[in-house]
Amino acid sequence: MTSFSTISELVSMAEENCSSISEIVLSCEAQKMQNSRKEIIEAMNQRLTVMKKSIEKGRKNYSYSVSKMVGMNAAKFDNFMNKNSILGKIVEKAICYALSVSEVNACMGLVVACPTAGSCGILPGAVLSVSEEMNVPDEKIVLSLFTAAGIGMVIGKNATLSGAVGGCQAECGSASAMAAAAVLELLGGTPSQIGHAVALALKNYLGLVCDPVAGLVEVPCVKRNAFAAVHALVAAELALAGIESVIPPDEVILASYEIGRLMPKSLKETSEAGLATTSTGRKVESMINNL
Amino acid sequence: MESVFDIIGPIMIGPSSSHTAGALKLASMARSILGETPNKVRVHLYGSFAKTYRGHGSDRAIAAGFLGFNTEDERIPNAIDIATEMGVEIEFLPSNISVDHPNTLEFEMTGKSGLKIVVQGISIGGGNIVVKKIDNYEVNLTGNYETLITCHKDHPGIIAKITQIISSKNINIAYMYVSRLEKGKDAMMTIETDDYITPDIYSALLKSPDLNFVKIIHKT
Repeated sequence: MTSFSTISELVSMAEENCSSISEIVLSCEAQKMQNSRKEIIEAMNQRLTVMKKSIEKGRKNYSYSVSKMVGMNAAKFDNFMNKNSILGKIVEKAICYALSVSEVNACMGLVVACPTAGSCGILPGAVLSVSEEMNVPDEKIVLSLFTAAGIGMVIGKNATLSGAVGGCQAECGSASAMAAAAVLELLGGTPSQIGHAVALALKNYLGLVCDPVAGLVEVPCVKRNAFAAVHALVAAELALAGIESVIPPDEVILASYEIGRLMPKSLKETSEAGLATTSTGRKVESMINNL
Repeated sequence: MESVFDIIGPIMIGPSSSHTAGALKLASMARSILGETPNKVRVHLYGSFAKTYRGHGSDRAIAAGFLGFNTEDERIPNAIDIATEMGVEIEFLPSNISVDHPNTLEFEMTGKSGLKIVVQGISIGGGNIVVKKIDNYEVNLTGNYETLITCHKDHPGIIAKITQIISSKNINIAYMYVSRLEKGKDAMMTIETDDYITPDIYSALLKSPDLNFVKIIHKT
């Protein structure tokens, strides 16, 4: 039975079979879950549809979350971007889409966790901005989501995807690495380049703490999703240019786990330090407790 | 993380996969273990659940889980009101007691039939969960498989008898776990299988005088 537990296995399986990482992940899934390729692709396609819907909902969203800390920014950026932005179209869209999905999430709307809800804007932001601007058909976008999933599975197996265990590097860091891999596959990167993109993206988020204000998936999470989507694009482009990570992806993943374990509990989703305990953070917290 | 859809998924109402979707899944597993919609639940919230349950909508998600909603149900934001209307009384009790896992929940449930069961579990990220305790028995259930839970007399031959009934239907056991509180008294066994656990297995097991609790939880 074919299966993978490291990025290097995933890369070499793809290389040996003259295939793509998405095809390896897809065929492993079909074998393991004893479902047909068609059923699995259909289930992933359903997730792509939800992602697109949350983007459309978010960019037109004129409401706020219960705490009032989140809302309106995706719409604000959507209005701003075509006229004023100094960034290119793909980057603008990545920001707008990631913000949209994240805001929908904070307002208790429907999203696809990828890998978590706190990081749910990053993969759709990066993948759909690139796909739209480069006219990538849906069938190819769906496949790229399998690449992202394969990377997430390896990180989940050898490190963690939970902010409470590993800090935000485990959530937004992992999501950004997954998104970098997916984008690079869309751009025709090789399996080995995808491995480097994962390493580059994750490396740059090592040590990122999870210190949300009032314990909510709002500040800094929503705006961080926008940054992390762009971060994924940078990692993909660096790797596509042939730039390699000195530390291989599997070692970066192990490093992230070690760093997560060493990180104090106060900075892992408990809101006992950092942004959460700033004077403004405290004010918001007491406001919410009195709701 | 066995499937790609553990990573790209669940499709869920936000804002937190561990605190909203995971909380809902734990409550929903607890409801399945009880085998009925509870009348009354005392929810003990530990670790980060104790601190953040309100802002993450964990309370609404837990209520939704006890009502049998899935993680993508758009009624989740109103689930507490719906539970009240349906006569499901839920009390939320944040606790400072330190626990092994930062995202731990415990449900003390009373069913409409009067049945009382306590279920404890953890939310491990990405909407994935593990049930760690049923009453005082240690278990290890993910809800990702067809699951059989039995409570039996702790004496020789029982486990063989139960697995024999399962294998006679050509059902493959993926994982099994046995625990007991005291030698020779009651023991609990949980079995997770690859194949659908048919209703005739339930009736065959119920006939055994050594089993005082049999529950099947189907994979959703």
